[in-house]
Amino acid sequence: MTGFVGAVSVIVRKDLLVEARTREILFTTLFFAVACVLVFAFGFVREGRAVSDAASGILWIAIAFSGTLALGRAFERERHGETLRALLIAPIDRPALYVGKLVGILILMAAVEAVVVPMVALMFQAPLFDHALLMIGLLAAGTVGFAAVGTLFAAMLMRTRSRDVMLPVLLYPITIPVIIAGVRGTAALLEADGLPMARAWLAMLVAFDVMFVTLALWTFEPVMTE
Amino acid sequence: MDFSSLRFVDVTRTFGRRRALSRVSFTAEAGTITALLGHNGAGKSTLLSIAATLLQPTSGRVLYGDHPGNGSAVLRGRIGMLGHDLYLYPELSAAENLRFFAEIYGLTDVERRVARGLEMAKLIDRADDAVGGYSRGMRQRLAVERALIHEPRLMLLDEPFTGLDEASREALRQRLRMARAAGTIVILTTHDIAAIENLTDATVTLVDGRLVA
Repeated sequence: MTGFVGAVSVIVRKDLLVEARTREILFTTLFFAVACVLVFAFGFVREGRAVSDAASGILWIAIAFSGTLALGRAFERERHGETLRALLIAPIDRPALYVGKLVGILILMAAVEAVVVPMVALMFQAPLFDHALLMIGLLAAGTVGFAAVGTLFAAMLMRTRSRDVMLPVLLYPITIPVIIAGVRGTAALLEADGLPMARAWLAMLVAFDVMFVTLALWTFEPVMTE
Repeated sequence: MDFSSLRFVDVTRTFGRRRALSRVSFTAEAGTITALLGHNGAGKSTLLSIAATLLQPTSGRVLYGDHPGNGSAVLRGRIGMLGHDLYLYPELSAAENLRFFAEIYGLTDVERRVARGLEMAKLIDRADDAVGGYSRGMRQRLAVERALIHEPRLMLLDEPFTGLDEASREALRQRLRMARAAGTIVILTTHDIAAIENLTDATVTLVDGRLVA
């Protein structure tokens, strides 16, 4: 029997290998996120000057929308050949399957963010890297919170016919606190004396992460087997 | 954990107000092949899902030898399942599919098992080709080896003969006979009586969730 970490590692490697073959999720989410930022740049940047506070909102909208695409596709792969059933029968802790899918999605979202964050910083003249560690912390905590809920819902909706519509309908209301905390935390980073507030938003995001990941780990097995 | 029989005792399963299985009882012994027969919606796949621990009975018991079907990881490690969908990743090669499942089952001698699986599936020449490019028969052979890679005690197959030509059917029958000879409890569902002629040791017929023969 494979241990928890071993099972997570095997699932992540498999997902990354499949993604390396198809590049389907990375390219579609990246294209969508870049397009999103470009459209907003045309709307909110006039004569080389961006509307104040726009950068943080646009960054998190791009992350959330492109992340939703990635979440939907990640489980679509397990649906085609019903491979999810094979994984549920395998002698692994079933929450390891959830964590494996979550880590795979986080890696892909991190790759998208690695392109989108500098792009937003450049196009909106936003000094996102002045406090790089705090920015990375906000991005990491916000992405984990968003993907933790999204991974659970994407798995739950796998067998429903209207899953593409239902995923955002269910996901956004639940993750609104995460997105708001990400937006406000990033906006605080861009303010002259906003560091304490940015740290407070980061702490809130970490609290959301703990709550969402714990709930998802707790509910994944019963939800997937009944 | 090991067991030498699978026993359904008064197993009932409902989905909301619909009763998919109604007080089904039968036993399958190690080294036998049991066919579940019945029309669409008779409850065959539900019964397989319960045997695979993917569903719990609403009432009644499933016993793996003397052990209750509690769905533990150790028990699941003794079960192999092949669905109508083949549980394979089309983007990966045959070798990668087998390797992935060998690793997820925590097997130690992964490469030896992968090589044996490829040999049994007669796919050594196509081992590195993506499974998405295989014929139905090739995928089916690979899927059987995927399900057997951990040498399960209980092998469950849902409509395994669907879409296969006669040569592939005979290859599958041969593989199932080998599994039976190795002491595996094989349970399969089918509509196709001709495909299981001279293969099965017992048949169980379900009509509207009830066992009738």
